[in-house]
Amino acid sequence: MGLLSLLIALPIGGGLLVLASSRGMKAGGFRADRWLALLASLATFVASLPLWTGFDRTTWHMQFVERQPWVPTFNVEYFLGVDGFSMPLILLTTFLTPLVIIAGWETVKLRPAQYFAAFLILEGLMIGVFAALDAFLFYVFWEAMLIPMFVIIGVWGGERRIYATVKFFLYTFLGSVLMLVALIYLYLQADSYSILDFHSLPLSLAEQVWIFLALLVAFAVKVPMWPVHTWLPDAHVEAPTGGSVILAAILLKVGGYGFIRFSLPVTPDAAGLLAPLMIALSLVAVVYIGLVALVQQDLKKLIAYSSVAHMGFVTLGIFLAWGILSRTGELPGVAMGITGGMVQMVSHGFVSGALFLCVGVLYDRMHTREIAAYGGVANTMPRFAAFMVLFAMANSGLPGTSGFVGEFLVILASYQASFWYAFLAATTLVLGAAYTLWMVKRVVFGPVTNERVAALRDLNAREFLVLGLVAAAVMLLGLWPAPLVDVLSASVDNLASHIIQSKL
Amino acid sequence: MITLTHYMALSALLLAISVAGIFINRKNVILLLMCVELLLLAVNFNFIALSRFMGDATGQVFVFFILTVAAAESAIGLAILVVIFRTRRSINVQDLDVLRG
Amino acid sequence: MSSGIYLAIVLCPLAAALLAGMAGRLIGRAGAHSVTIAAVGASFAMSLMVLREQLDPAAVPLNQEIYTWLVTDGVRMQVGFLVDRLTALMMTVVTFVSLMVHIYTIGYMHDDPGYQRFFSHISLFTFAMLMLVMSNNFMQLYFGWEAVGLVSYLLIGFWYKRPTAIFANLKAFLVNRVGDFGLLLGIATLLAYTGSLDYQEVFAQAASLQGQQMEIFPGSPWSVATIACLGLFVGAMAKSAQMPLHVWLPDSMEGPTPISALIHAATMVTAGVFLLARMSPLFELSQTALSVVLVVGATTALLTGFIGIVQNDIKRVVAYSTLSQLGYMTAALGASAYAAGIFHLMTHAFFKALLFLAAGSVIVAMHHEQDIRKMGGLRRYMPVTYWTSLMGSLALIGFPGFSGFFSKDALIEAVGLSELPFAGFAYYCLMAGVLVTAVYSFRMFFLVFHGKERMDEETRHHLHESPWVITVPLVLLAIPSVAIGWLAIEPLLFGSYFDGAIVVNEDHNVLAELGREFHGSGQFVLHGMLGWPVLLSMFGVGLAWYAYLRNPAFPENVRRRLASVHALLVNKYYLDDLNDKVIARGARGLGSLFWKIGDALLIDGAMVNGSARTLGWIAGYMRRGQTGYLYHYAFAMIVSLAALLAWIIFRGS
Repeated sequence: MGLLSLLIALPIGGGLLVLASSRGMKAGGFRADRWLALLASLATFVASLPLWTGFDRTTWHMQFVERQPWVPTFNVEYFLGVDGFSMPLILLTTFLTPLVIIAGWETVKLRPAQYFAAFLILEGLMIGVFAALDAFLFYVFWEAMLIPMFVIIGVWGGERRIYATVKFFLYTFLGSVLMLVALIYLYLQADSYSILDFHSLPLSLAEQVWIFLALLVAFAVKVPMWPVHTWLPDAHVEAPTGGSVILAAILLKVGGYGFIRFSLPVTPDAAGLLAPLMIALSLVAVVYIGLVALVQQDLKKLIAYSSVAHMGFVTLGIFLAWGILSRTGELPGVAMGITGGMVQMVSHGFVSGALFLCVGVLYDRMHTREIAAYGGVANTMPRFAAFMVLFAMANSGLPGTSGFVGEFLVILASYQASFWYAFLAATTLVLGAAYTLWMVKRVVFGPVTNERVAALRDLNAREFLVLGLVAAAVMLLGLWPAPLVDVLSASVDNLASHIIQSKL
Repeated sequence: MITLTHYMALSALLLAISVAGIFINRKNVILLLMCVELLLLAVNFNFIALSRFMGDATGQVFVFFILTVAAAESAIGLAILVVIFRTRRSINVQDLDVLRG
Repeated sequence: MSSGIYLAIVLCPLAAALLAGMAGRLIGRAGAHSVTIAAVGASFAMSLMVLREQLDPAAVPLNQEIYTWLVTDGVRMQVGFLVDRLTALMMTVVTFVSLMVHIYTIGYMHDDPGYQRFFSHISLFTFAMLMLVMSNNFMQLYFGWEAVGLVSYLLIGFWYKRPTAIFANLKAFLVNRVGDFGLLLGIATLLAYTGSLDYQEVFAQAASLQGQQMEIFPGSPWSVATIACLGLFVGAMAKSAQMPLHVWLPDSMEGPTPISALIHAATMVTAGVFLLARMSPLFELSQTALSVVLVVGATTALLTGFIGIVQNDIKRVVAYSTLSQLGYMTAALGASAYAAGIFHLMTHAFFKALLFLAAGSVIVAMHHEQDIRKMGGLRRYMPVTYWTSLMGSLALIGFPGFSGFFSKDALIEAVGLSELPFAGFAYYCLMAGVLVTAVYSFRMFFLVFHGKERMDEETRHHLHESPWVITVPLVLLAIPSVAIGWLAIEPLLFGSYFDGAIVVNEDHNVLAELGREFHGSGQFVLHGMLGWPVLLSMFGVGLAWYAYLRNPAFPENVRRRLASVHALLVNKYYLDDLNDKVIARGARGLGSLFWKIGDALLIDGAMVNGSARTLGWIAGYMRRGQTGYLYHYAFAMIVSLAALLAWIIFRGS
């Protein structure tokens, strides 16, 4: 079995094992299920490390490839492989899942085994999405991924979880169906489901536009882009802590990844044609959503809206390419935008995940997400406050944290396309800081506002470990992003040179 | 001379009676069951008559199958009916509208 | 000199900050201050070595990369040091003031529960500030720029239980972010047109920027150099608190006094001035940008000085004085007298840190009473603080012979020689500002140290001079406040000290023009004594003496006469109200609008739930057909079957 297959099978197998072990193994208070879950997730993380160490940074070709026929009648293959785009996202997944399991260690009371199992299975499926190079396989993972997430929100969610899950499901499903149509059309044209074949498939402009739009719906919903973002605040608010973390940190990245893997290389001309629209939507996300986030009363909603605004930088960075090309007619800046978008995705994985973990810490103690219910948390939870301020700063894009890198690159690149793109994108400096730090001011600082805050306990060792690990990742990526950028560069350069070649 | 036409006419008549019974009857589920039996009888008549007319025994074999199935069906139907009566205290067709949208 | 020393200068405070911050409980209070003071002291000693080396006429600037931050698209972003004479001067000033403040803090924060945290933060600040001034590229500049902003945020909100403090720190951060917005766009402009973020590479291509034009608004082409410079200047405006982005600085006085001295007077707020001096090769390309700088600086110098006259909080008076002096520095930069701006930056760092620390000493003695109307006559109780304050104040108003005299006099003269548009306006603003400076400085000085003792008995009883950890830094800062001007004016302004670090276009090199009349420090003092600035400041001191010691009814009369002006000043030209009521509230209103109307009503209401409702409505009609009666279904089946059969049969004919 290849490494990627192992990475997919390990968590899924572990998850099934956890499910099986949920009964009859609770002797003496020792809960085998959670240890098993932790073990499985850690094993997956360790197993994923060779992806980093063994990755050839000089080539854009797929690596760790596994390829064998699956459904020969339709040329469907079991085709896995990673390049600079997918490898970091897989590592992000394997890094965060153990943290989510540790974060739910004691706090999940209802059916904990099933909870952990859902996350493990979800992890395997997400790795599958990032690793799949066969469109059919990709689609299978893509859809299957919905199921555990659906269960996580629907079973362990808050009061309005049913509304949220249905909304989440319908939104994403609507997109997926259109994507399926597009993929089948591509298959009929290429007589292959290999994504790499799609990349070199010549298509007329009309074909490209339709395919682009069909894929756009699927990916835009996931990212989410304005105006198909409204499922996200609801899903986040209702999801349990771990669900929010994975949703924000990884599931959203699937959308951005989809643009890079499908939309750009498969339909470059259509993407070029519609790039102004995409850039406009991204900028709307930055400005409009930034303002909306400012007035949120609910911690999780605020972070959810902030996620939408930050993901706006991802789509902006990706689609800037044509803005730059149309203005300067040259390539410089294109790769910077795409790199910025990718770095922003990884960084947002850490930062938003960390913020949701922070909210989870508070929620476990106070059982409310209302900002107004807090105030002066720093008095009783100084260590937590330090983490919260750090992550808030990362969320506002402070240099030295990971949040800065992506935004910096995207803003610099967007200037090459137009002064006003950069101008609007840079408003996030003010807006992002305003909504994040205002929230911090109301939650963390100030005098103790009520008895419940006064009774708060500071982080325990387990929570400290989780937040500390993410904090380390945030700082490391912020202070030294070169390793990540090096991994990306070959793939980014290849993509940049690929998309400027018209398929017409 | 009783010709095939007579048999067919009888069969059609039986069919019409049973269909009418199914539609018009609003009171009793037992009547419904009986009408269904009548429906099957009409079919059986057709089979037998045509089997004789065509000189092919297959039709008559079919009748046997239908008879067995009809017996099983009425047994199950009656059982369901008993259960319905137990739970709802009524076998009035008009009351049985749980499928309503 | 080995390159390790530069790294050590930067990393010592960082390591100390991490140690004090993370292991604060472990190493204890004494441990925290020993570690951080030792580290900053080491940095100061090493900075002095660097400065001495740079003073050597044969010294070459060091431009060294530490590590590659990232490389993308052929653009190399790195962390590295550019140490030339400008940097060396800044490093020395920063570490010296920081060291003084560290020592002072032992006394000032003696009883504070957040002792270790405080030391950790100010050491972290020293690190960030050093990163900023030592940077050799725009990325790291931006890093240092925001990092000092972060520490400023943390320290203004140091007493996070105070609602006013956490309001002030949020405000400070957001206003600075507005500046960073401009700075980032400026940097982006430079990158877009030069393809590099490295200072040397950008400067090498600077000349080509002037010729290039871009259209931000279609139809009105602007020089790229102007756009880039204006962007950078917006950043400098926020950090160096120039109008109208100055609103955060007075509020930042909510933080503990040592940081007001270190961050909000001596070092961080001068980062903007430093930036402009560092960017002199670019600013020299754009007359427009220089004019803007000049006018903004001069306006700030005068207008914020006025506000200083009506403030009653001892720290706020000093804060407005800082604003005003920053305006002076900025105006000097606008007149291309970069060296004069930096010179004033240096002298100001010493005497303003001194004034703040002296104010802190007074505050401690007064048991954290900051209202100068409740002070008076402190001269008798606090002799060291009194005398050092006097020196600081004299330096501030530019009394001949004191450091501030040299820098301010040279600066005003330089602006007077400038031939930029609006230079005349700026010159008169600055000249009037001298009078204003003298009035507010000595108003405060007289009200605090002279006159009637207006405090309550309880406080008076406990009045005494501060402990040595507080007075020693005062004395140590007083020495350069008095003396540095004599020594530094010639090499800095008229010598060749800044050659290579600062570029001035020969066309408007006002300092060179000024230098032709310069014949030694003593001559300069004699010459200055007869000049307008000195006369005005003497008049201002006299006015303050008359109004606040001799005839206390006089200010009251003036206030009644000029009620509307007074209201304008007390309300700080209504800029805070504008920000709160129009900008902040407007943003929230817009956010609510987008949320409630855009998201909730249109997207969720009309599109998402709307489509669900439409489906439900259609289903509502459909369900009527589903009666639940078996015979209806059976009838439908039969009828459909009949219809189907009929269709099949009659299809043929």
